[in-house]
Amino acid sequence: MKVAVLKGGKSLERGVSLRSGARVEDALARLGHDAVPLDAGADLVERLLADTPEVAFIAMHGPGGEDGTTQELLEILGIPFTGPGVAACAVCTDKSLAKHALKAAGVPTPAWFAFNQTAFRELGAAEALGGLEQRLGFPLVVKPSRGGSALGVRFAAAEPEVPEALVAAFSYDDRVVLERYVDGRELAVGVIGSEALPIVEAIPADGDRYDFEARYEIGRTRFECPANLDEAERVEVTEAALAAYRALGCSGFARVDLILGADGPQVLEVNAVPGLTDTSLLPQAAEAAGLSFEGLVDRILELALEASGASA
Amino acid sequence: MPEPPHRRRAHTRTQDLERYAGLFAERTGVMRSSAMRDLMAITARPEVISLAGGLPDTSTFPPKSFAAQMTRIAQESAAEALQYGPTEGFEETVDCILQVMGAEGMLPDPQDVIVTTGGQQAIDLVAKTLVDPGDVVICEAPTYPGAVPVFCSYQAEVVQVECDQDGMRIEDLEEVLGELDAEGRRPKFVYSVPTFQNPAGVTMSLDRRRRLIELARSREMLVVEDNPYGLLRYEGEALEPLYKLDGGDYVLYLGTFSKILSPGIRLGWLCAPPPVMEKVVLGKQAADLCTSTLTQYFVREYFAEGRWREYIESLAELYRHRRDVMVAALREFFPAEAAWTEPGGGLFIWATLPDFIDTGDLLARALRDDVAFVPGQAAYVDGRGRNSMRLNFSGVGEDEIREGISRIGKVIAEQMDLYGALTREHPHMPAGGAEDMGGIDSLVLPFKKAAEGGP
Repeated sequence: MKVAVLKGGKSLERGVSLRSGARVEDALARLGHDAVPLDAGADLVERLLADTPEVAFIAMHGPGGEDGTTQELLEILGIPFTGPGVAACAVCTDKSLAKHALKAAGVPTPAWFAFNQTAFRELGAAEALGGLEQRLGFPLVVKPSRGGSALGVRFAAAEPEVPEALVAAFSYDDRVVLERYVDGRELAVGVIGSEALPIVEAIPADGDRYDFEARYEIGRTRFECPANLDEAERVEVTEAALAAYRALGCSGFARVDLILGADGPQVLEVNAVPGLTDTSLLPQAAEAAGLSFEGLVDRILELALEASGASA
Repeated sequence: MPEPPHRRRAHTRTQDLERYAGLFAERTGVMRSSAMRDLMAITARPEVISLAGGLPDTSTFPPKSFAAQMTRIAQESAAEALQYGPTEGFEETVDCILQVMGAEGMLPDPQDVIVTTGGQQAIDLVAKTLVDPGDVVICEAPTYPGAVPVFCSYQAEVVQVECDQDGMRIEDLEEVLGELDAEGRRPKFVYSVPTFQNPAGVTMSLDRRRRLIELARSREMLVVEDNPYGLLRYEGEALEPLYKLDGGDYVLYLGTFSKILSPGIRLGWLCAPPPVMEKVVLGKQAADLCTSTLTQYFVREYFAEGRWREYIESLAELYRHRRDVMVAALREFFPAEAAWTEPGGGLFIWATLPDFIDTGDLLARALRDDVAFVPGQAAYVDGRGRNSMRLNFSGVGEDEIREGISRIGKVIAEQMDLYGALTREHPHMPAGGAEDMGGIDSLVLPFKKAAEGGP
């Protein structure tokens, strides 16, 4: 089968995407497929039309590849693609929208407020900051609403640190989320089709937070899969993850990130195109479930074709 | 373009990952990849105006001259040029090196010179020869971003000494040395780019050069002088290199053809006294046996033409204009709260912004407008430099420099406005005061603030 692997693009996570893409291409080759690597640029449509792939494997992270743009393009071209559809991608990508959807569906997610730059520049939202900070409490997390791999995420321990954190977060997106910081264990649940994979726990080696550096460097972060949880915790976390996956309308596959704090699991975000690099969590979870990387890629393709068949 | 099948074996299994993690040498723990590296990968996009690189403009090298030299090598010395060469490099290459060093008043013994694979290998060989894990290496703050990973990979403890517009502050160095004395430790060497420093663009004053050499001699301490830019002077009188002031006893000297001819030929050199050289040669043998013979032949041919100084003069002329364009653009587009160096040579300007701006995040924002620079943090080992940036003016044309600085200025203004709105006041740089900023003579360099904030 001819499979286009869409990777790269212009997003800040380009490097990660290229690594995910290369790994998928290798797996496709071993599965006997004809993998066509496509570094997403201005000629993407032209190349898709010329190469006529039977299915597109989307290995692009961040804006453009993960926010529904590429998905919509593929729908128009009539090419089946992996992962969630246009609407789910758009919602997952925007943490503020996603958190609204999670809250509406009764899925626990840390308290938050979201602002765009206009609110501060033109509407004097700074006046309201103090009150919001009081309600969220310190420390709080400031992050770009759209963005991944922890880029632009800052922790503000006290009020004077908030403006600087906001300036940093606004470097990545016009909308930022101020979120209550939840202390707890960092967990990720991969979902394939409608089934949850074993839970992965990320334990940064140097006791640091799970940041960009830690995510993509072998040896910096220790992963435990399946995570060392008791049965009740495992069920609770898995159910929260599946509820989040459904609430955001995901299909195909996705990864749900959660914190397990004193009040039970809280969903931080859902990644519509989770990383598939050597150090990414989803492949590790699949491995723990007895599914090799090839098996994972194969299953993801199968789901993409099923979805397109159903909708055709 | 079709890619070859099975280009690389993917590491698909978790067990594989763990197996590798267990195999890594301890020193790889300090070799860090970073978000910044991923961001820098994006700066390679063709639509990005990159003021990030340290690239000389190789487009001015006459292709005809290049073709003629390579043809001559092919016709007259193909077999030799394609063969291994001596580890120390060819005598003829050393002759060329002596000419370059002679242009700055230095006359080393040819026996003291080894040809290396770029200046970068010279740094590596020095560290490899001298540094044991835990040894102290002193360098400038900020320092050449490419030197830090070298020192770290040999597990050195890097101590940075502040710079101002006259280069490394020797009184601060004395203080650091005193503190080390108290702990019964000695630095293995002091690494410095005294002339048109990368990244700050500043030059160490003659007085400080003399004091540094006095310190080196009285303490029998080695100084590593890295001088890639000495001949790229756009105005003023040249200052004597440390190597010349010292006579070559305690100063190890690193040079390179990268900025005066081509970085692609990967030719640099190291001058060191015989006992050090003996070890360096062994280290070089282990690393790569010898430097490229082909490019050494090229340099030999190029110098034989006798026009190498003219070419450097033409580069200096080109870069002087570009620097002027960048400085003018900075004055026009950067906010009054920003400060920057105005170097008399070299390739870089160092700019510092109000301290609430993180230039790593700013780079992400700037990339959305297709412009790039090096965030200042890359020049420090301890996370400082967050509100500074290195700007290169040699690698792109004048129009692009102006456009690039204008775009960066716009995103800075955007962040300052936002900060102002968030704090309900106009942002100021707390220390120094605006009256100290802006002019080349009165410039209180950004590094000062960092020093005050330090331990």
